[in-house]
Amino acid sequence: MIRNDVLKTLLPIIRDELVVCNIGAPSQELHALDDQPTNFYMLGTMGLSSSIGFGLALAQDKPVISIDGDGSILTNMATLSTIANNPRDNFILLIIDNGSYGSTGDQPTYAGRKTSLAAVATACGCDHVVEVDAAQTAAAVKAALEARKMTIIVSKCDSGNVQVPVIDRNPIVIRERFMEAVEA
Amino acid sequence: MAKTLDKRIIGDFTAAGVDFVTSVPCKQLAGTIEVLDQTPAITHVPSNKEDEGMGLCAGAYMGGMRPAIFMQNTALGVVVNTLATLIQFYQIPLPMLISYRGEVGEPVACQVEMALHTKAILNQLHIPTYHFHTLADVEELPGILAHTQMCKKPVAILTDASFWRAAT
Repeated sequence: MIRNDVLKTLLPIIRDELVVCNIGAPSQELHALDDQPTNFYMLGTMGLSSSIGFGLALAQDKPVISIDGDGSILTNMATLSTIANNPRDNFILLIIDNGSYGSTGDQPTYAGRKTSLAAVATACGCDHVVEVDAAQTAAAVKAALEARKMTIIVSKCDSGNVQVPVIDRNPIVIRERFMEAVEA
Repeated sequence: MAKTLDKRIIGDFTAAGVDFVTSVPCKQLAGTIEVLDQTPAITHVPSNKEDEGMGLCAGAYMGGMRPAIFMQNTALGVVVNTLATLIQFYQIPLPMLISYRGEVGEPVACQVEMALHTKAILNQLHIPTYHFHTLADVEELPGILAHTQMCKKPVAILTDASFWRAAT
């Protein structure tokens, strides 16, 4: 299973939840599969999906799912310590770990070699860290939502993208639409 | 040890409705960060790096809070992309209380290097910039904070060594 396959399995679970989605292919694929006002698409700023989602979880009580990638977590790895030390049970960080920089040509990341992001998250102090195969991802997200415990999920999947258009929505429209969904 | 000036600055932030602050410390900001932690009206979440902090601020803003970031001017070397592609692109109001290291009174030569680039970077990014040099400059803070919310932009408040040295 590649990222797009994992996203498809997630749709019925995340459709009505607040989702902050990583830059590039992940946001483009989610947007093409099932555009929702509850989705915040990052159009730039690699690495900050985790931090934006966590800031949102700190500010209000609805569940927040940050969909991030292994390359982006490696870019902003220290935020795992911020998350661990200020836990919020409405926050789920889903790291789609395909071992590659998918948006830039599938160059390998270190997470696909010796580095374990689940071990990093645990070492940072995150209490609930689960690593699952791609096919178990949807069940893991559902379980985390039901448990209402801050959870870091590392979903190991295959490298690869599907051809989808870039998102040409105005960023302020994305943001305002999302904020209305947060408030609703 | 926090001074009257530190308390006044945090008082201006809370009066402006700021209720979420992230910080990366600087010696010049130590007093204000100390007061932050004594201010129940503000959620203070320290960050490891300033771009991470701006991500937290963007999320907090979308969750209905009014964020600010406290950081050193050297951080402008870190956050250019985040300011352009997140804070400015999505129009998120963000007051940045910045210790302006490397100005007159600075004991560490290396700090001068980023001081030389500080206003140039802010000008290049078209960020409204205010420079607090004398104690009286702090009078402008409430207006600057209101202006930030009105225009939904990142706004820089540079606070130099002379300003902090005059503090009581």
